Amino acid sequence: MIAAVLAQSPEPAGSMPFVVIGLWILLLAVFVGFEVITKVPPTLHTPLMSGANAISGITLIGALYCAGHDYPGFAKFLGFVAIVVATVNVVGGFLVTDRMLGMFGSRKPRGGAKG
Amino acid sequence: MDPTVLVAPGLLEVAGGSGVELVYMLAALLFILGLKRLSGVKTARSGNALASLGMLLAIAATMVLLWGSVALWIVVLGVLVGGGVGGWLAKKVPMTAMPELVAFFNGMGGGASMFVALAEIVHAVRGEGSIADQTAPDFAIAAALSVLIGAVTLSGSLVAYGKLSGKFDRSRIGPLGLKAANIALMVLCLLLCWYAGFGAEGGGSITFAYLALTVFALVLGISFVTPIGGADMPVVISLLNSYSGIAASATGFVLQNNLLIIAGSLVGASGLILTRIMCKAMNRSLLNVLFSGYAQSGSSGDDEGYTRVKSTTAEELAPVLDAAQSVIFVPGYGLAVAQAQHKVRELADLLEQRGCQVRYAIHPVAGRMPGHMNVLLAEADVPYEQLFELERINGDFKNTDVAVVIGANDVCNPAASDPQSAIAGMPVLHVWEAQTVVVVKRSLSAGYAGIKNELFQMDNSLMLFADAKKAVEDTIAELKEL
Repeated sequence: MIAAVLAQSPEPAGSMPFVVIGLWILLLAVFVGFEVITKVPPTLHTPLMSGANAISGITLIGALYCAGHDYPGFAKFLGFVAIVVATVNVVGGFLVTDRMLGMFGSRKPRGGAKG
Repeated sequence: MDPTVLVAPGLLEVAGGSGVELVYMLAALLFILGLKRLSGVKTARSGNALASLGMLLAIAATMVLLWGSVALWIVVLGVLVGGGVGGWLAKKVPMTAMPELVAFFNGMGGGASMFVALAEIVHAVRGEGSIADQTAPDFAIAAALSVLIGAVTLSGSLVAYGKLSGKFDRSRIGPLGLKAANIALMVLCLLLCWYAGFGAEGGGSITFAYLALTVFALVLGISFVTPIGGADMPVVISLLNSYSGIAASATGFVLQNNLLIIAGSLVGASGLILTRIMCKAMNRSLLNVLFSGYAQSGSSGDDEGYTRVKSTTAEELAPVLDAAQSVIFVPGYGLAVAQAQHKVRELADLLEQRGCQVRYAIHPVAGRMPGHMNVLLAEADVPYEQLFELERINGDFKNTDVAVVIGANDVCNPAASDPQSAIAGMPVLHVWEAQTVVVVKRSLSAGYAGIKNELFQMDNSLMLFADAKKAVEDTIAELKEL
């Protein structure tokens, strides 16, 4: 359903303004989020938080636009700061989540032997 | 005019020139699949890898799209600095400092949304009329919300970082932190949102209005997190996590970018779910956590004194554990502070060698963020099969020989069943139902809720007054001599 909505969105000339399409997407994505995330076990809540947090660093792609040649100097500066903080969020978030999850998966024979 | 066509005509020509949009769609799919794989311990790591692949694709596609139209040195320098700092922190920070690191990264995400929205405003602003006239009312609203939520996330998360790392523990800064100050700031920020979008006319005053909004939103974030501390931190971190997603979504409306909306919504939903779980685990509403800490209700001090406390030593504890057929460890924040997780694992190994069944009971709000105890115990290689959630293990305490409470207090306070208590109705671990309860704690001081814990003077309770790590170490030494 999201795909169907998405497919229409690159045509701003359509009858629906972006904000309406955007709200549709928001609504559906929130539902998908609730469905997917309620299934995450409490054991993994910390990695969930830091992983989800890294995903919220998606603003990085917005920050890239702000380094555009047609942006005024001050906007470019803000864009640079945005790129820095967003990259800290993305790179740090994914790496630290991987580090945590690595500890969860690393061993099981001992626990398995106990039954 | 469009240099991108020269670089990657193939990619951009797909689907009527919206090839990038298709890559964004793939990235959204990877984010969802990645989060889905977090539902199992075995698949979780690959899920995180999928999500990061989605991020990489989205960034690569954006760079292809923008190639030639952006100042490349800004991008490269920004990514190098940010990636270096982020990567270094992710590798170097010890596991015990995870809550504050997650809070810090969270703040960076919120900050990014705020800075992007501000840059877009500076870019869009022209000489005359309000910004809503110059662009569209949607843009004006989305930009204001993006700045507001992003700024609150940024400063709020940094305060949370300070609190979690122990660098900042005030409950007020002047009037900041008072309920009235929070409400006043919130109203002011919403008014500024409206004024910046529709009231202010002309480049100068629009810029000024958005700057004022930024400043007050930052102050609001500080004021909102400052009074919250201790055991309420898991709620705040979850809530800020959700805000960082909502801010990203709002930025998606500013940039008219679907991927930002989707990714932001997923994160927003995730944070809200965690917030709800944390509130439920304390039987408190979100408003109650945000606006009235336990402090006022708790410190009534009606009966501070404990009269029948039985104190024990590692030497006495060792034979008790030696004889036990089943032991449940109940870790709390004190375990994290003392960094006792490795020693606890060592003790558990010793007990298992003696044929004892070892399990761990994890309360949802034990520690300072959702899942805090699980991460620490995972670091110490405790098999996750031995970790049990409250509902799954609470019925088993009565069949257990020894429950060992390490650095936990409120989460196993029997007062929760007393309707008069400050923690009335909070789901707690029924440790007192075990044959013997050993409470490893530095003193009899009250927990975060500021109330007395009858557990400490129950007939089957033994208090071991010591630092968690030292106590467990001593017990291991004694046990080895038996």
